[in-house]
Amino acid sequence: MKKHLMSLALLAASTTLTSVAVQAADFPDRPISMMVSYGAGGATDFQARIVTMMAGGEEFLGQPMVIINKPGAGGRVGWNWFAGEAEADGYTMAAYNIPHFIAQSIEGGVKYSAESFEPIANWGADPAVVVVGADSPYNTIEELIAYAKENPGRVTVSGAGLYVGHHIAALQIQKATDTKLAYIPTKGGGAAAMKAVIGGDVVAGINNLSDAFRAREAGNVKILAVADVQRSEEFLPDVPTMMEAGYEVDNASVNFRGVMVPKGTDPEIIATLAEKVPAMFASDRVSKQMSAGGSPMKIMSREEVQAMWAARQETLAELLAGLK
Amino acid sequence: MEFLQYFGGVFEPVSFMLLLGGTIGGLILGATPGLSPTMAVALLIPFTFQLEATQGLILLGAAYTATVAGGAVSAILLRIPGAPANIATALDGHEMARQGRGTEALHVSFLASGIGGIVGVLLLIFLTPILAQWALAFGPSHLFWMAILGVTVIGSLDSRSFVKGLLSGCLGLWLSMIGYDDIQGAQRFIFHDSLTGGVNIITALIGIFAIPQVIEMLAKGRVEHKVTSVQVESQSLFTSLKLLGRNVKALSIGTVVGSIIGLIPGVGGQIAGLLAYDQTRKFSKDKDSFGKGNPAGVIAAESANNAMVGPSLVPLLTLSIPGSPTAAVLLGGLLIHGIFPGSDLFDNYPEVAWTFINSMLIGQVLMVIFGIWVARHAARVAHVPPPIMAAAVMVLALFGSYSVQQSMGDVYVMLVLGLSMYLLEKVGFSAAPLVLGLILGPIAEANFIQGSMIANATDGPMVYFMSGTLNLFLVVLVIASIAYSFISTRSANKTGAPA
Repeated sequence: MKKHLMSLALLAASTTLTSVAVQAADFPDRPISMMVSYGAGGATDFQARIVTMMAGGEEFLGQPMVIINKPGAGGRVGWNWFAGEAEADGYTMAAYNIPHFIAQSIEGGVKYSAESFEPIANWGADPAVVVVGADSPYNTIEELIAYAKENPGRVTVSGAGLYVGHHIAALQIQKATDTKLAYIPTKGGGAAAMKAVIGGDVVAGINNLSDAFRAREAGNVKILAVADVQRSEEFLPDVPTMMEAGYEVDNASVNFRGVMVPKGTDPEIIATLAEKVPAMFASDRVSKQMSAGGSPMKIMSREEVQAMWAARQETLAELLAGLK
Repeated sequence: MEFLQYFGGVFEPVSFMLLLGGTIGGLILGATPGLSPTMAVALLIPFTFQLEATQGLILLGAAYTATVAGGAVSAILLRIPGAPANIATALDGHEMARQGRGTEALHVSFLASGIGGIVGVLLLIFLTPILAQWALAFGPSHLFWMAILGVTVIGSLDSRSFVKGLLSGCLGLWLSMIGYDDIQGAQRFIFHDSLTGGVNIITALIGIFAIPQVIEMLAKGRVEHKVTSVQVESQSLFTSLKLLGRNVKALSIGTVVGSIIGLIPGVGGQIAGLLAYDQTRKFSKDKDSFGKGNPAGVIAAESANNAMVGPSLVPLLTLSIPGSPTAAVLLGGLLIHGIFPGSDLFDNYPEVAWTFINSMLIGQVLMVIFGIWVARHAARVAHVPPPIMAAAVMVLALFGSYSVQQSMGDVYVMLVLGLSMYLLEKVGFSAAPLVLGLILGPIAEANFIQGSMIANATDGPMVYFMSGTLNLFLVVLVIASIAYSFISTRSANKTGAPA
């Protein structure tokens, strides 16, 4: 009964500002929700469910994390909600996708920017790769770029939409190689973009490393290059980076996934989360399930993510400036 | 006949319990408005973390087939299609329920679902390698023509007025444009935050079908109910089987259309039911009886939407390309166990793959048995007095539209659409063409823009959209469909019947 009264009191207290200290000390004392701005079953949702499955363990948060999907408009619906309506009490977290939300905020028409959120930790990094169909005449990225140079605007390249990692990678490749590609955004996400490559609807495609890896295992595609600063030793040790091939394409298009809270969340709660959440990502069961699913992990601390966000903001602002 | 070896796996105690649980649970989830097959499967994924790969997939497969069929329950009894696949079922099914023939409607619906479903899974078992190549052949231009073929059906879906049918189709097409456009980055008709993501199809379905009915029921009140109290006929399974036997044509059309549509990635089961319904009516001698409680309508729609389940998994299992949102969720379920679908799936994991497919066969049978058992009791819903019924449907509608994406905005959208639809129905418009427009709009638009982008980079739009056997074949179908509508309207005029 005493415990019950206590939690009631806490609930009442949490509505007032004076109770911050009490709240932070006991955080978390109820389940935490995590908003995913993509539909159930998508890559972000799928990974979010895996990395949060250990949250209930006493050594981590001691409270379960519940995934809430708010899909729509390439993530804008969910992040708009998170910036405008989510409570900054630490019990409402969200998954972020970089470069998506930063690129969208630069493009405009949304209610958020990198300033609206506080990163907690990063769990995954899925670089963009350049793929062609298994029976394509191109075997290296150099051959494809050479063809693109001879035929400006005629090389069709599929990707998962506008202002997502794939689009950024396409823009970077155009800039670095001084070519003009016909970027074809698809509506059904990465899967539809991959279908376009395998079915021969387009010359080449830009897709997620994890999906491309599976498609190559199935014998459907060739992977020509990775748009990252280093090769993927775990999944694609044989595929060169764009930089190795001599093109100035860095990791600005890598799809980073992690957790954030709204601006204005109590710093003590942020500190607690920033300490416990990465440890949860690093647990054995999480990494086992993630690698079984072919999802590359990259655990980064709050400080590292802050630096990464700032760097992306700068690169993307420059890259997208020419687009408007 | 390799698959026969793996039937044993389905009947292991744990697997069979999961199959049974998944089927029964799936029927209940499917019958709940707002819980589409995609969502039901996604909700179950976390449970499969703890299971073996085969068992997890059995659960997901059972839930998938059963939710598709379960959607018919609410479509027939409440006139709320559980998912887009069940829209056509509501047209005649609910009429039957209102005439006290609910049990009969549910019986034929489950039987047709089962037969269609089994044929679909058999296609998956025997023809997968051939079908996989076929599924890949559909590029943006072909999907565009498929969507246009669907559009040609819009006018004839409304049996009362061809023009009003077309108009409500246009309204649906317009609704589908609302929101943020992923391909060109344009923001269209977003006057309020809840419209940023566009009009969700499930939300729209609930509003358009349920709300007008709630208003209608409340308007009738208590007095009239006493007069129109329906006698729910108890129906033996035998008579239902005979009824099914008399409608073999509808059953075959539904099964064939469903299997073909299911195979095409990106079109999915959303339109399979409606196209099959339309075809069945066109080939029927008694066209006017559709929409007034003709069991053939229910049979065609339900056999089509379950026949589509098996073929829709072909691109997923052989090419690792999920052809529908539900298949995408199933892909997640496979990946979590480290199984990468692809051309070698059946070589590397024959046990997992075949047990999964076999369980879908057995699942269909269980679904029919359980569905028929439920039908007897479920049809009594017609006895519930309208005021109580109206309240219950309202609760389901609010709950369903909120649960689609946990958004209050969706609830408002649902209510606004529902109220508007009530007014539109008063002046003679009907819901089905509007919904079809809403579904086909994005398919036609996205594929047209993608196709034009590709065409502009290559040989130009005329060549891209109008050459190739498949393109021309689809164009001919479109022309034939339009011509048919004109001719049948003409001949109807000649005989003096209202067009």
